[in-house]
Amino acid sequence: MTAPESLHAPARAPRRSVRQGQAPVLAVVALGGALGATARYALALHWPAPPGQFPWATFWTNVVGCAVIGVFMVVITEVRPAHRLVRPFFGTGVLGGFTTFSTYAVDIQRLVDHGHPATGLAYLAATLLAALTAVWLASTAARRVLKRRQP
Amino acid sequence: MNWLLVVAGAVVGAPLRYLTDRAVQSRHDSVFPWGTFLVNISGCLILGTLTGAAAAGAAGSHLQLLLGTGLCGALTTYSTFSYETLRLTETGARFYAAVNVAASVVAGLGAAFVGVALAQALWA
Repeated sequence: MTAPESLHAPARAPRRSVRQGQAPVLAVVALGGALGATARYALALHWPAPPGQFPWATFWTNVVGCAVIGVFMVVITEVRPAHRLVRPFFGTGVLGGFTTFSTYAVDIQRLVDHGHPATGLAYLAATLLAALTAVWLASTAARRVLKRRQP
Repeated sequence: MNWLLVVAGAVVGAPLRYLTDRAVQSRHDSVFPWGTFLVNISGCLILGTLTGAAAAGAAGSHLQLLLGTGLCGALTTYSTFSYETLRLTETGARFYAAVNVAASVVAGLGAAFVGVALAQALWA
């Protein structure tokens, strides 16, 4: 990708140019975040968790988001360098907006508070285990498959 | 209308997470992912308070969609949390990886409980 600003980069006011370069980054983070959050909301609407039940929609949202970020980060950092807005848009925006830590924590609080501490504990451990396994397996698999194809 | 509320919250939450992370990382040399930790715990506190307020009848469904599903959902992240944990283990910082997991879960849950209790004290 061309970066014309680097060719003309003057010695003056480097701080200001850094801040100016932030505007497109913030815009794509906001756009990606909106897309990710909308997808998460759609999943929650189609797969509502009745009170006291295991929150499957949030569970799968977080596990899938972790698997995708594992592949994505290998692709853009080790296989094929991407445009500077790709990571903020997809990694920070879409995946960050799609997955959620706050709903995870408050769902556990709710399960415990409403007399389902066992389900809450199972949800706590299952999400943690599945999410960390997903990011690790996905990045390991992506590294093996994609880097083998490289010349 | 509901979709617009979620989008409006997320449009603020995601850049707020990015800016917080940048600001925190530029002030610390530590390998510990303080930026993500801070946004996740803050989001748990806000969502806990909102959930408590909703239970007490002080917050309606529109506010929950805007601030809960939209803002807190986009402000907090599970994907970056797990990716940063993986990076810590891959770079040999296994102790920090374990601390990140334990501290995020304990502090996140703690913040959620504190938020609910705070809302009950304020509005119940």
